[in-house]
Amino acid sequence: MASSMLSLTSASPSPSASLSTQESLKGKLKLRSSGLSFTKEKINPFANGKSFGRVSMVAAVNASRFDGIAMAPPDPILGVSEAFKADTNALKLNLGVGAYRTEELQPYVLDVVKKAENLMLERGENKEVIHVFERVDDLKLFLNYLPIEGLAAFNKVTAELLFGADNPVIKEQKVATVQGLSGTGSLRLAAALIERYFPGAKVLISSPTWGNHKNIFNDARVPWSEYRYYDPKTVGLDFEGMIADIKAAPEGSFVLLHGCAHNPTGIDPTPEQWEKIADVIQEKNHIPFFDVAYQGFASGSLDADAASVRSFAARGMELFVAQSYSKNLGLYAERIGAMNVVCTSADAAARVKSQLKRLARPMYSNPPIHGARIVANVVGDPVLFNEWKAEMELMAGRIKNVRQKLYDSLCAKDKSGKDWSFILKQIGMFSFTGLNEAQSDKMTNKWHVYMTKDGRISLAGLSLAKCEYLADAIIDSFHNVS
Amino acid sequence: MRPRSTSPLAHSSSPLPPPFSSSSPTDRRLNTLVRHLLVENSSSVMDSISASPTSAFHGDSVFAHIVRAPEDPILGVTVAYNKDPSPVKLNLGVGAYRTEEGKPLVLNVVRRAEQQLVNDVSRVKEYLPIVGLADFNKLSAKLILGADSPAIQENRVTTVQCLSGTGSLRVGGEFLARHYHERTIYIPQPTWGNHTKVFTLSGLSVKTYQYYDPATRGLNFQGLLEDLGSAPSGAIVLLHACAHNPTGVDPTLEQWEQIRQLIRSKALLPFFDSAYQGFASGSLDADAQPVRLFAADGGECLIAQSYAKNMGLYGERVGALSIVCKTADVASRVESQLKLVIRPMYSNPPIHGASIVAIILKDRDLYNEWTIELKAMADRIISMRQQLFDALRARGTPGDWSHIIKQIGMFTFTGLNAEQVAFMTKEYHIYMTSDGRISMAGLSSKTVPHLVDAIHAAVTRVV
Repeated sequence: MASSMLSLTSASPSPSASLSTQESLKGKLKLRSSGLSFTKEKINPFANGKSFGRVSMVAAVNASRFDGIAMAPPDPILGVSEAFKADTNALKLNLGVGAYRTEELQPYVLDVVKKAENLMLERGENKEVIHVFERVDDLKLFLNYLPIEGLAAFNKVTAELLFGADNPVIKEQKVATVQGLSGTGSLRLAAALIERYFPGAKVLISSPTWGNHKNIFNDARVPWSEYRYYDPKTVGLDFEGMIADIKAAPEGSFVLLHGCAHNPTGIDPTPEQWEKIADVIQEKNHIPFFDVAYQGFASGSLDADAASVRSFAARGMELFVAQSYSKNLGLYAERIGAMNVVCTSADAAARVKSQLKRLARPMYSNPPIHGARIVANVVGDPVLFNEWKAEMELMAGRIKNVRQKLYDSLCAKDKSGKDWSFILKQIGMFSFTGLNEAQSDKMTNKWHVYMTKDGRISLAGLSLAKCEYLADAIIDSFHNVS
Repeated sequence: MRPRSTSPLAHSSSPLPPPFSSSSPTDRRLNTLVRHLLVENSSSVMDSISASPTSAFHGDSVFAHIVRAPEDPILGVTVAYNKDPSPVKLNLGVGAYRTEEGKPLVLNVVRRAEQQLVNDVSRVKEYLPIVGLADFNKLSAKLILGADSPAIQENRVTTVQCLSGTGSLRVGGEFLARHYHERTIYIPQPTWGNHTKVFTLSGLSVKTYQYYDPATRGLNFQGLLEDLGSAPSGAIVLLHACAHNPTGVDPTLEQWEQIRQLIRSKALLPFFDSAYQGFASGSLDADAQPVRLFAADGGECLIAQSYAKNMGLYGERVGALSIVCKTADVASRVESQLKLVIRPMYSNPPIHGASIVAIILKDRDLYNEWTIELKAMADRIISMRQQLFDALRARGTPGDWSHIIKQIGMFTFTGLNAEQVAFMTKEYHIYMTSDGRISMAGLSSKTVPHLVDAIHAAVTRVV
């Protein structure tokens, strides 16, 4: 019985996690009808023989209400780290989740973050709301909880970081900014807004995209479809396909765009291509929805990485932008990000903000304060901000070096003539190697290299020292497995 | 080229009017109106339908049809309070603890734990697992169920870190809506203002059971037993573990035992909201008794825990959802499915608050110090109750005010009606929720006289 439950789940064709749950629900209903004998099989608290005589009476009463629940599969991205931890092999390499590592492959807490936290503690800032800019009204806001929309000082600096402090949309108060639970939480909040206020509107997502995007829209009950993006033949952008698919979508669709450092491919449109994308979006009255998880991490420059978002805003377009500080400030576990909605008027922005709050309240009431204070203190302080920029360049620089070394190693070791230059052309934390699932499995099973099954490797988890080993693994898996 | 796919919903039919594929602003507006008319329990229907006067001028905005949401009624009280320039204003709205001096309190143990965290150079900010900080989860389960709980020892409890009480309730609600055969949850009448929305958005349908008796300002026990007795078998029942919010009225232990028997006999599924453990009586164990009563009978239940009040960690959003299951195998499968609820919501929970809690619960000295600080907070509230009661009696304010000292926890359900509350706000600058609830934590010896003046005036001049 248990195995048939599990096979129902894994046989589910949809990549969506919640669809497989649907399947398991159906399975559960089937199993229920088989009655008491099934129940007895599933429940064997007395299997060791104690009080065996009471089993039949007790089993009927003691059935778990959650009996029919199948074991869910591990998360395709976060589950990789769990598998890595369980591996005892000395050569193992974790290229799964996009978490930055130093050359020594250690997690990295930015110096500016440590300084900010020390400052916060020294100043005696406690669980209250403390505003960096010390407006008198704010000081009177003597509250333990953050407001539903989050820390005001954080919301101010995050919008300015994204759009530029002098941007008209900011000066004219046309941006609704709400602190969210990093990128995921901000995306989910926006998805909930779309479900409620744009019923039936679809979100167009790139093929491929970050593994969790589909889950977010599925759970929020927002329909989605894919637009062509990655071209495996050129290991580049299928620009024609992308434009055609965006054009073909029903008017008023949401188009999910990665602001920079596309995840998982590392392939970004050129500035000229961005302009064409904006053209076709405007033509079709679509709404751009940017996911900006790597501002500063792609090129090393915070402003350069925001160029795509800013160019769309400059056209007067209304847009959604989800931000995350997980990578660029290394605040992964603090869950700090924001949802920004650029509107054509301050009034619209105020209304949208109020409705985002109304969706956040029944989800978590108000967001966590700690990460928000760190960001507000770093980004809001000129000295710390400049130090941050320098650390940001170092992190992005290390990744660029690692790309170069990996490329050089591959070229030196691979005699097949395969073009590995995509490694240098791709940008950001990830490289889309072009390895298929079987090949990716070989990387893990034979070489103890942990990565996601779509062929994505996180260069943030690679050191210069390990480049040659990785090159060997990639060449072997690529050529000797189909 | 990989085949393009679409979501399961791309061509779905919903019970609501079919979505328009061309979503022009007019279409969207019409759709929104119709959806709101059809949505049950939409108290904000009128708000949504009312035209925004400026929207006509922004026909080019895709947000033209979105109206301004009203302020959250509870948090909105503080917003109104902040705007008031009066020097005698009093905030008795949101349940956040204040000292005798009217200041928020950071517990000493919390300061020390935070210092430890900052001083620990080996600490990193890597993503927590989806289920959160493991130590925190284990310790939270022990805190509510008791260190010697058989359910814990038998590995029958899955505990996942969530965003305080709200987040725990939401994750639990979403899980039940997907995996549990009964989609109705019974909540007490009245209950915390956010409960209905949390469960409705989770996908459950919400019904109420009688709870508060305005005549006695106590528990309507017969009504409670009747309503739970007539609930369909298997229905979910929300129970406040202690210090019922907003009434402060708790069942006695004897009554809890009767409730337990009724719930088990009807195979109802209990879902505890535990937001005040230690805050109600001053004793962590005493306040956990009702939950432990249920866990001890071997049955299943859900428990949402919050550390917002009892550790003063409000803004850190620390809490946990525990599901006590029949077997370890079920618990482990349940946990795997909880992860599928969490990942598309916020991926994994915030580390800071949970780390603080883990440090305190793990360290014997810090834990003991915590229990002392906790008792001091609870005692101050109990003392405020006594002071308010004595002052009203001394003033000769009409009515029986003994419920003030009989009710327990942060809140008192005064019995004042909405008109009286509005009067108190306008004339005396007392800020409280319109259901007559006051947060005792916001009172001090100095401010009791002003509150008594306000209540006295309201009761004698406003009906």
